[in-house]
Amino acid sequence: MNQLGFPILSIMLAVPLVAALWCLFAPGEGEAKARSARVTALAASLIDLVLGGVLWANYEVGGARWQFIERADVFGRFSWALGIDGIALMLIVLTVFLVPLCILASWTSIQKRVPEYMAVFLLTELLMLGVFVAQDLFLFYIMFEGGLIPMYMIIGIWGGARRIYASYKFFLYTLLGSVLMLIAMLYMAQTAGTTFIPTLMAFNFSSQAQLWLFLAFFASFAVKMPMWPVHTWLPDAHVEAPTAGSVILAGVMLKLAGYGFIRFSLPMFPEASAHYMWLIFALSMIATVYTSLVALVQKDMKKLIAYSSVAHMALVTFGLFAFNRQGIEGAMMVMLGHGLVSSALFLCVGVVYDRLHTREIARYGGLATNMPAYATFFLFFTMASVGLPGLSNFPGEFLSMMGTYEISSWAAFIAVTGIITGAAYMLYLYRRICFGPQTNADAAAMSDLDKREWLVLAPLAAAVLWMGVYPESFLSPMRADVGALLERIHPAAPASDAALTVPHAAPAAAVAGER
Amino acid sequence: MSYIDSFALSLPEIILSFGAIVLMLAAAWMGDKASKAISWVSVLLLAGAGLALLGPAGSGGLGYDGLYVADPFAAFAKLLIYVGAAVAILVAPGFFNRDGEMRAEYPVLILLSAVGMGTMVSAVDLLTLYVGLELQSLAAYVLASFLRRDDRSAEAGLKYFVLGALASGILLYGISLLYGFSGTTSFVGVAAAMKASMGSGLLFGLVFVLAGLAFKISAVPFHMWTPDVYEGAPTPVTAFFASAPKVAAMALTVRVAIEAMGPATGEWRQIIIFCALASTILGAVGAIGQTNIKRLLAYSSINNVGFALFGLVAGTAYGASAVMTYMTVYIVMTLGSLICVLQMRTADGTPTEQIAALSGLSRTRPALAAAFAIFMFSLAGIPPLFGFWPKFMVFDALVRVDMWPLAMIGIATSVIGAFYYLKIVKTIYFDEPAGVLAPSRSMIEGVLIALAALFVSPLGYLMIGPLGRITQTAANALF
Repeated sequence: MNQLGFPILSIMLAVPLVAALWCLFAPGEGEAKARSARVTALAASLIDLVLGGVLWANYEVGGARWQFIERADVFGRFSWALGIDGIALMLIVLTVFLVPLCILASWTSIQKRVPEYMAVFLLTELLMLGVFVAQDLFLFYIMFEGGLIPMYMIIGIWGGARRIYASYKFFLYTLLGSVLMLIAMLYMAQTAGTTFIPTLMAFNFSSQAQLWLFLAFFASFAVKMPMWPVHTWLPDAHVEAPTAGSVILAGVMLKLAGYGFIRFSLPMFPEASAHYMWLIFALSMIATVYTSLVALVQKDMKKLIAYSSVAHMALVTFGLFAFNRQGIEGAMMVMLGHGLVSSALFLCVGVVYDRLHTREIARYGGLATNMPAYATFFLFFTMASVGLPGLSNFPGEFLSMMGTYEISSWAAFIAVTGIITGAAYMLYLYRRICFGPQTNADAAAMSDLDKREWLVLAPLAAAVLWMGVYPESFLSPMRADVGALLERIHPAAPASDAALTVPHAAPAAAVAGER
Repeated sequence: MSYIDSFALSLPEIILSFGAIVLMLAAAWMGDKASKAISWVSVLLLAGAGLALLGPAGSGGLGYDGLYVADPFAAFAKLLIYVGAAVAILVAPGFFNRDGEMRAEYPVLILLSAVGMGTMVSAVDLLTLYVGLELQSLAAYVLASFLRRDDRSAEAGLKYFVLGALASGILLYGISLLYGFSGTTSFVGVAAAMKASMGSGLLFGLVFVLAGLAFKISAVPFHMWTPDVYEGAPTPVTAFFASAPKVAAMALTVRVAIEAMGPATGEWRQIIIFCALASTILGAVGAIGQTNIKRLLAYSSINNVGFALFGLVAGTAYGASAVMTYMTVYIVMTLGSLICVLQMRTADGTPTEQIAALSGLSRTRPALAAAFAIFMFSLAGIPPLFGFWPKFMVFDALVRVDMWPLAMIGIATSVIGAFYYLKIVKTIYFDEPAGVLAPSRSMIEGVLIALAALFVSPLGYLMIGPLGRITQTAANALF
């Protein structure tokens, strides 16, 4: 079976499912049922967190490419095939780490229909984990697509004033992207004669077919990522979703697209990836400049962070399509770092939103005076988002830009401007909220973090610091998989405009031959 | 082949016909107070007919001198038809009893209609086809206007009758053209004539026959009757119309297209592509503005028929099996959602059909709301619900014959459809409670809804294997 002797991945999926059913159908009424649902959800997510830890601890770095494999042919046409590599492992760890924090963050802020909320949240966790562990094309699709339903519910039921508009927009945008991917998957399963992802990753589709297949997958992932110009659902969804919904959306759901690029687009269509590299770079460049400027003028805290997410995701796409180790590892690190930092920032917004029930930046000011602990955490995460060395986003952003520079100095030039404007809008946001005179009496009267909020923010801060100081813990499980990916895409890699050569790496004969 | 053998092949129809006649006499002698007993006997008869399919009636081959066939395809279609008919009988008393309109003829009419449908799916001759179709339709016209004192019901019956007669005329004209230019009414003979030479006479015949059949499956552009009839007919009858006759007409269309017009695949494919695309688009767009849930479900059925037709477009055995899979899952979803509609009653028991009445249902009746949401997401084809699987199958069938551009367009239209299904979910879950709907006491409805919801829940995926084998066997019988 696997190195543990029990089907750990299936259990990780079953725990939230069972807990969700228990939340819905447990006996009890009213407040008692709500409390039991909260406790059940927290317990289930903590069990998954522990299992995630077990997974990480038992993952053999440098071992088999696919570990913890399970397979059961129960669906006739496709199978319940699970298995992870290092890339999936890191994203799973991110997911199981964030979900308990989300549930803690919703402890008091969600008051209506608590059992349903907890159940839907756990189902979201199940489906997201399912995406990362699926080894079957159609199982992946079902999990990927299925995530729409609970997220639609979270935004629509527990969201803000314009929640209905936002939920529709989220659902239909992502659905339109995904259905085209389904047709491409049908074609691939037909052509390759298998739905097993590891086999497909080594299958050579014809160059012509790759161009179409890439676009179909791109339609789905570009919306999910989101890339300019199909990013417009994200600010709406973030603004209207409850705090924990935003966290899970920014922290994990956006990563599904990056994961999709790594798992499907690059290894399955390497030639098309090279062919469309400039399309990706162009969109990423526009996104970097445009969304950063848009973020600069936002009056709504959540919207500002949402736009900053789009800008950060552009760094991911830069790195992924740089076709070199720095780029791809950097992209993964940006995803992990952004997963932590944007979650933390949304949680910080949630803390003050719970007190004042507004997200308008101008309603706050001078919080450093009456909420020193909060201001400290907020500053810490702001600095991480800006890319301060020693905090989580720096290694990823640095590697990603280095990879981009290696293949295109112009793209790297534009990408770097994103860091500068990123610093501008984040620091400007922080100044307006935490510094300056206390003009609003009600904001000045807010109490500092309570124990629960400490419990939510402190682990995040620790993780952010860990990732910044010792990124090797996160890079080492992925190294072999990135290597395998590079081997696969290397023959198709586009030429670099900088024509960099590393004298001692290339054999002398080859260098001589080039001259 | 002796007549005894032929009778054995059509045993289900014989059981149902005799049963219907006896029950009709019973109804005449005992009156409406016997309607409950008659309903249960009818359900038993349908179960008996279903069991009879295990014998020679399931795969016995041709009978009645080549007018009738008992093959796995027909058997599978009949199974679905009997399920739909039985459900329509079971849920009727709860609806009609309220104003004393439950009459003993109701189950009998359904049985007669089931005989007609069984004949339709077993037809291998244009005349058998026509007789079956008319038997089914005549019973259906009466059923549509079953609430005699209700204006809308009467209007629905009349409208259905007039338009249905027109469609029958078109169909009959097509049949006469096919007969005139091929000299035979048997499917095999027509196919042979088409293979020999595809003249314009046969082509016109093909177009008219398909137009007549398109009316019966309510594919665009012959769909106009559907919303009116679905809205006007009593809800149990609507549930019946949306399930069993749809399966019968769809199975018949598949058989005619493949067995009788197989050599002319290139010709009918264009027609079916048009019908399929127009149905998915119009079915989706038309539903958006509806305020009546039954009208909305009527458009949803048009939309779903369009998707099922995509499987036929492929023109392969796999495509035909995709159509049958589609119809299987579709009737469960549509019966489930229409029984949910049956549960929409105000405190004094008056049925309501306004979508607005569903507002906030999740607060007042969480179980019904969850079932409704499951059916809606499933009809929209969103995984992990089982409604995703039939859509997967039909598009897979298209991709397998390299028609992926059509598959791309087709699946993109499903996004338009998702919009109005989402609207129902939004009304149920996001809106403030309207407090119009009262709790229901009907056990049968509750059980049926629960069964249907379980079938389309992710548990349904476990049935992919067996269901795939059955539908593939059924489809292989056509080739």
